[in-house]
Amino acid sequence: MRLDQRLIADMIRPGTRVLDIGSGDGALLDYLFRTRGCDARGIEIDMREVTRSVAHGLPVMHGDADHDLAHYPDEAFDYVVLQRTLQAVERPREVLRQMLRIGRHAIVSFPNFGHWQLRLKLLTSGRMPMTAVWHTPWYQTPNIHPCTILDFLMLCREEGYVVEQWMAVDEDGERAPWRRSIRLANLFGEQALFLLRRRGH
Amino acid sequence: MDQTTPTQIEHAHMLFPEGMQLECGFRLAPVRVAYRTYGTLSAARDNAIVVCHALTGDQYLAETHPLTGKPGWWSRMVGPGLPIDTDRFFVICMNVLGGCMGSTGPRDPRPDVAGEPWGTDFPPITIRDMVRAQKLVVDALGIARLFAVVGGSMGGMQVLEWAATFPDMVFAAMPIATSPFHSAQNIAFNEVSRQAIFADPDWHGGRYWEQGAVPARGLAVARMMAHITYLSEEALTRKFGRRVRRDPYDKAGSLSLFGEIFEVESYLRHQGSSFVRRFDANSYLTITRAMDYFDLGAEHDGDPSRPFHGTRTRFCIVSFTSDWLFPTSQARLLARALNRAAANVSFVEIDSDKGHDAFLLDEPDFDRTVRGFLSGAAEHARIG
Repeated sequence: MRLDQRLIADMIRPGTRVLDIGSGDGALLDYLFRTRGCDARGIEIDMREVTRSVAHGLPVMHGDADHDLAHYPDEAFDYVVLQRTLQAVERPREVLRQMLRIGRHAIVSFPNFGHWQLRLKLLTSGRMPMTAVWHTPWYQTPNIHPCTILDFLMLCREEGYVVEQWMAVDEDGERAPWRRSIRLANLFGEQALFLLRRRGH
Repeated sequence: MDQTTPTQIEHAHMLFPEGMQLECGFRLAPVRVAYRTYGTLSAARDNAIVVCHALTGDQYLAETHPLTGKPGWWSRMVGPGLPIDTDRFFVICMNVLGGCMGSTGPRDPRPDVAGEPWGTDFPPITIRDMVRAQKLVVDALGIARLFAVVGGSMGGMQVLEWAATFPDMVFAAMPIATSPFHSAQNIAFNEVSRQAIFADPDWHGGRYWEQGAVPARGLAVARMMAHITYLSEEALTRKFGRRVRRDPYDKAGSLSLFGEIFEVESYLRHQGSSFVRRFDANSYLTITRAMDYFDLGAEHDGDPSRPFHGTRTRFCIVSFTSDWLFPTSQARLLARALNRAAANVSFVEIDSDKGHDAFLLDEPDFDRTVRGFLSGAAEHARIG
């Protein structure tokens, strides 16, 4: 399991109901079931990954964040997790709304487009920046809605979401030291990780 | 065409003299359910799996069929060490109510008129009636909760009906290549099958036994047409292409224009003629009608999610890419209905070019899915 998945798992209380959107190889689901006793289920867009997960006994269904969340009832889950996918969905704001409708909490991670390397590359080269994290050219990238940590915070404020926890991590998922200043995190954090809930809950 | 009457064989069964109330209101008594079991029931009686058969299947799941001499219809899936592992699970397979392999059906003598079979007067039955008849056997075996119910096509409808009607009795459910309701297209196909039987001069208004006849040609045509819907264009092309059996222009071969020219024709004719040897026309009519009636949402304003509200059953829905009889779009309707009920659902579409019949054939990804889902569920149920 990736280190940032370990950080996500640490945000989840044992014995809760979890939906992991984009569950991939099912590593987080497996971990949550075996070590936390969670009722953890997954949605995955890649059919090979779905088949592999189900063949490992994990409850995963074929689907995606944009089209399949609307079918769940309100508060069907305690946590809804979206890992490194928000920037690639068709309607990120609607996906967040659905996540916080069907879940009491949302856990969202995404690559931070405010990272200093991206800013510098755009400034100096005048071309779309390419880094280890953002490694596909503009005409091929699935990341159609990149945002910065500050952008995401603004959206949370507009939508009335409470940020219960946030952290900036590097690509390997190590927790980064700039925990006090969101501006420094926005400059130096490669990935952002947020735990949200709706106001009034 | 073969005109022999299906041979009478004594099938292992349970008899319920008190019978059962059917959904149509009729009290059918007695009720006989023919069944086969494989593996051993655990001391805790917690390892039982009911496998439900499809329209023309029967209880001979994983052994040589006594009538055809062929291997059981799912013998590649059910057995020691196989995905439905009989070293681990106790597997029960029952002939459906209305069938013709030992369970009460139209060929049985009717209690009210001496010396006559039910024939077309057999009461209309539903998928839920089939499931209730199966529950009589499960109860009689002393099994309070089934570990799993598994089935494809019409068997998948029974799986869904089991989970909807007896939610506390079904820990895990695997509906395969099926749908939350029988579609207009599928009802249409069934109607063509039925009309083929009615059009046979040997049909005799359904009282063919009086004439010592069997509407074999009609039943065979019904089977031929249905069989096409079980395959796919890719599968037919791969198996037969445009290959010819004999050169139709060969003068010596005295072959008429409508003889068996293409290989696909002789394949279908063989499917038709071997089917009439083991199946009863009135059973075919009764069971196809039961499929047509099937609609999980019928009693719930068309919402197929309502029967599953509060369910604790773990579901695994499987569809196949080339299945156009029960396409993935219908499986997805089912998956979304179960999502609306906040049920625990896995949903896999297996890549296959074999059409609807893929669930009966060699598909390694499907085998892995069945094995994995059952193993995962067994871990949650803390059995075996």
